[in-house]
Amino acid sequence: MIDVQDVSKTFTLHNQGGAVIPVMSGASLRVAAGECVALVGASGAGKSTLMRMIWGNYLAASGRIMVGGLDVARAAPREIIALRRETLGYVSQFLRVVPRVPTVEVVAEPLLRLGASSAEARARAEALLARLNIPERLWALSPTTFSGGEQQRVNIARGFVHGYPALLLDEPTASLDAANREVVLQLIEDAKARGAAIVGIFHDEAARDRLCDRVVDVTGFAGVA
Amino acid sequence: MSASISGRARCWAIVGESGSGKSTLLACLAGHLAPDAGRVVFDTAAGPRDVLAMSEPERRMLGRTDWAFVHQNPRDGLRMGVSAGGNVGERLMAVGARHYGQIRETATDWLGRVEIAGDRIDDRPSAFSGGMQQRLQIARNLVTGPRLVFMDEPTGGLDVSVQARLLDLLRGLVRDMGLSAIIVTHDLAVVRLLADRLMVMKGGRVVEQGLTDQVLDDPQHGYTQLLVSSVLQV
Repeated sequence: MIDVQDVSKTFTLHNQGGAVIPVMSGASLRVAAGECVALVGASGAGKSTLMRMIWGNYLAASGRIMVGGLDVARAAPREIIALRRETLGYVSQFLRVVPRVPTVEVVAEPLLRLGASSAEARARAEALLARLNIPERLWALSPTTFSGGEQQRVNIARGFVHGYPALLLDEPTASLDAANREVVLQLIEDAKARGAAIVGIFHDEAARDRLCDRVVDVTGFAGVA
Repeated sequence: MSASISGRARCWAIVGESGSGKSTLLACLAGHLAPDAGRVVFDTAAGPRDVLAMSEPERRMLGRTDWAFVHQNPRDGLRMGVSAGGNVGERLMAVGARHYGQIRETATDWLGRVEIAGDRIDDRPSAFSGGMQQRLQIARNLVTGPRLVFMDEPTGGLDVSVQARLLDLLRGLVRDMGLSAIIVTHDLAVVRLLADRLMVMKGGRVVEQGLTDQVLDDPQHGYTQLLVSSVLQV
């Protein structure tokens, strides 16, 4: 489902004397349907960089990044937009939303974009919010004023509202209490069981051990200057 | 410059510093200004047509049906001496609506969609706040169900809470009506939330374009890098 082959990444800083910083080379990774792979390595080793290249918001300098048959490294913007709508989900650590939009609509949005009816999308969003223990009195409010843990759960609900065949998870259990952490772990297990290919960054080692079939150390992909 | 928007419910943003040519580009695309060279091809009901080669009446018709233009200053897009309902109804009449009751009903429905109370329908826009005027301008433009909307700094000059409301409204309309929008702005936070594609201009040229989060998170051109690093967290 996700097949990264020999990918490299450099940053060119035009406003700092054109410095070229090679951050990654020879990165390869393969994740089959129903498999969960953890990216590990010290801070700054390139876990997020690799994840962002798969998501398509970082451009790869070379190599192939196949997700559901599309090479993200070469795809046109409209193809990546379609991929993100239908195939590839991403739970980031940050919640970015239009202020004032109610939580339930923030969560339902991905389904509405897929053409689901508003009643159906809303019902599914509400079920997930309830499962993630977001109190019903908050559903009609914008999540911008929520606590860190609540915002993270809203983000997770949005990432799981559609059954994406491929998922990128950036520290999905950070800043959650034990009960909510367990709910999120179960959601991830459910996604694996229905055949989702998952790439994740987990600093929570117990979560990593429980969920992941393999671990890939990105330190080996360090850029060569 | 060269670009193409295809499919429904797409949103393009054009950013760049003052004087970079953003508004000039938008005016050329919308047929308000004649470019020296080039083509602007729009997929009309009768097939792809070069807008610049159209006759003036044809282009006017397009401007009233498939296209809409939301000006930065609502006063440029509204008739200030006509009631709110009249502003919306006028555009309907321009495409042939004649039944007064229906026009008023549609106008009331649209005022509601942009969150203007129905009992303000007979008030003139001059009695409205800036944010309300901007929403009225949007209602006037969208009432005829255009397929493409041009917007020049639609949230400029509005206070942030009104901006947020307008953003939410625009996003919902783009998604639910399947319309596409080309938005000129210099607010990168607006771009991140609203646009799926982004074009960066400097000195009258397009220096970079692509997927919005890719251009903002991994800018390739020196000017875009400077632009992105100059703002507080977007």
